[in-house]
Amino acid sequence: MSHDHGDGDHSELGELDLRVRALQTVLTQKGYIDPAALDVLIDTYQTKIGPRNGARVVAKAWLDATFRQWLLRDASAAIASLGYAGRQGEHMIAVENTESRHNMVVCTLCSCYPWPVLGLPPTWYKSAPYRARAVKDPRGVLTDFGVTLPESTEIRVWDSTAEVRYLVIPRRPGGTDGLTEGELASLVTRDSMIGTGLPRPGSART
Amino acid sequence: MSYRSHADLGGQSGHGRVIPEPEGELLFHAAWEPKALALTLAMGATGAWNIDMSRSARETLPNYASLSYYALWIEGLQKLLAERRLLQETEMLAGRMLDSSGVVPRVLKAADVPPALAFGAPTQRTPTTPARFAIDDRVRTRHGDVPHHTRLPHYASGRIGRIDRIHGVHVFADSHAQGLGEQPQWLYTVAFDGRELWGNESPPGLTVSIDAWEPYLEPAR
Repeated sequence: MSHDHGDGDHSELGELDLRVRALQTVLTQKGYIDPAALDVLIDTYQTKIGPRNGARVVAKAWLDATFRQWLLRDASAAIASLGYAGRQGEHMIAVENTESRHNMVVCTLCSCYPWPVLGLPPTWYKSAPYRARAVKDPRGVLTDFGVTLPESTEIRVWDSTAEVRYLVIPRRPGGTDGLTEGELASLVTRDSMIGTGLPRPGSART
Repeated sequence: MSYRSHADLGGQSGHGRVIPEPEGELLFHAAWEPKALALTLAMGATGAWNIDMSRSARETLPNYASLSYYALWIEGLQKLLAERRLLQETEMLAGRMLDSSGVVPRVLKAADVPPALAFGAPTQRTPTTPARFAIDDRVRTRHGDVPHHTRLPHYASGRIGRIDRIHGVHVFADSHAQGLGEQPQWLYTVAFDGRELWGNESPPGLTVSIDAWEPYLEPAR
């Protein structure tokens, strides 16, 4: 398997670079695409949409019990109220970690991911090892991420096989009383909202 | 004709460990990758095909397992274009248009990108029939292969689970991918005990759920 991008095969990269250039030229000449639209698409996912959006959702849920209830009841609407909606996040569900239950999200069939709140998926999320193992050996996956949960914690894995997208609401770290929404959001990692990580400890700030 | 997806990886062994990437790492690892993303999104927005057709095109690529993610997108895009005679192989070799006869339903203009992304492509539709199942009903998933794109993973086929959530009526991927229209169906989250899926290999305290359209499900006792 070579789902890894990091250790790139140079001949593949050179060949793909040429192929993508040829595609862009031909599709533009044919009038199927507006090249300026490509730039806007790339800029959107490089600079505007990313896991900071989801972190704000989580921090608000930690601070605001009414928002948290809304998020758990109707995540699409609650998340849209903060301005995050649309492509690959049309139908959102928020799932909350508790002392007894840990949630993890995967797409075993491709790489479905909640783009408006988390941005584009990281390479590991799209990789064969994650897609193969998350549903069968989630504790082994957590070990790969350096996370160990108590034996007694139930693990719930959500395989995104349709157009519903899942956001994990991690547990709020201890020692974070009095932090602002922005300070709390800085503790919320991307991986903690997928379920392969935990938020940064409260004491790491300050 | 037989249909084979190479993308149905859930539960497979032998893929090794997961290699995490640090947070904040660049999402693209080569200059062509963002272009591959943008070309795929822009062509998807033309309406020449739908998202289920594009998933089907990718998962049936014979070299699926050897392709990196965005390479898969580019191969899938070329396949979708070729199938519809929107692109000739000679044009790729020449690097320019040789045939101007292709037409797409719409063109995504730069100014339309923000509203198009903000709206997305909701798949929920108005129900015309009542849901067959209720929360906590026991159901058995369809067993065996089907000769077309489907979203029931192999590891969860022919298994007994419990209706955990009801999501309303959604565009049915199986029909949509085959060009048979939306044929919306009730969509459920079905939860399985780990032991039902993996037997004695299952870790204790594991529950796995999938999202399954009603035609995948039969009542179970």
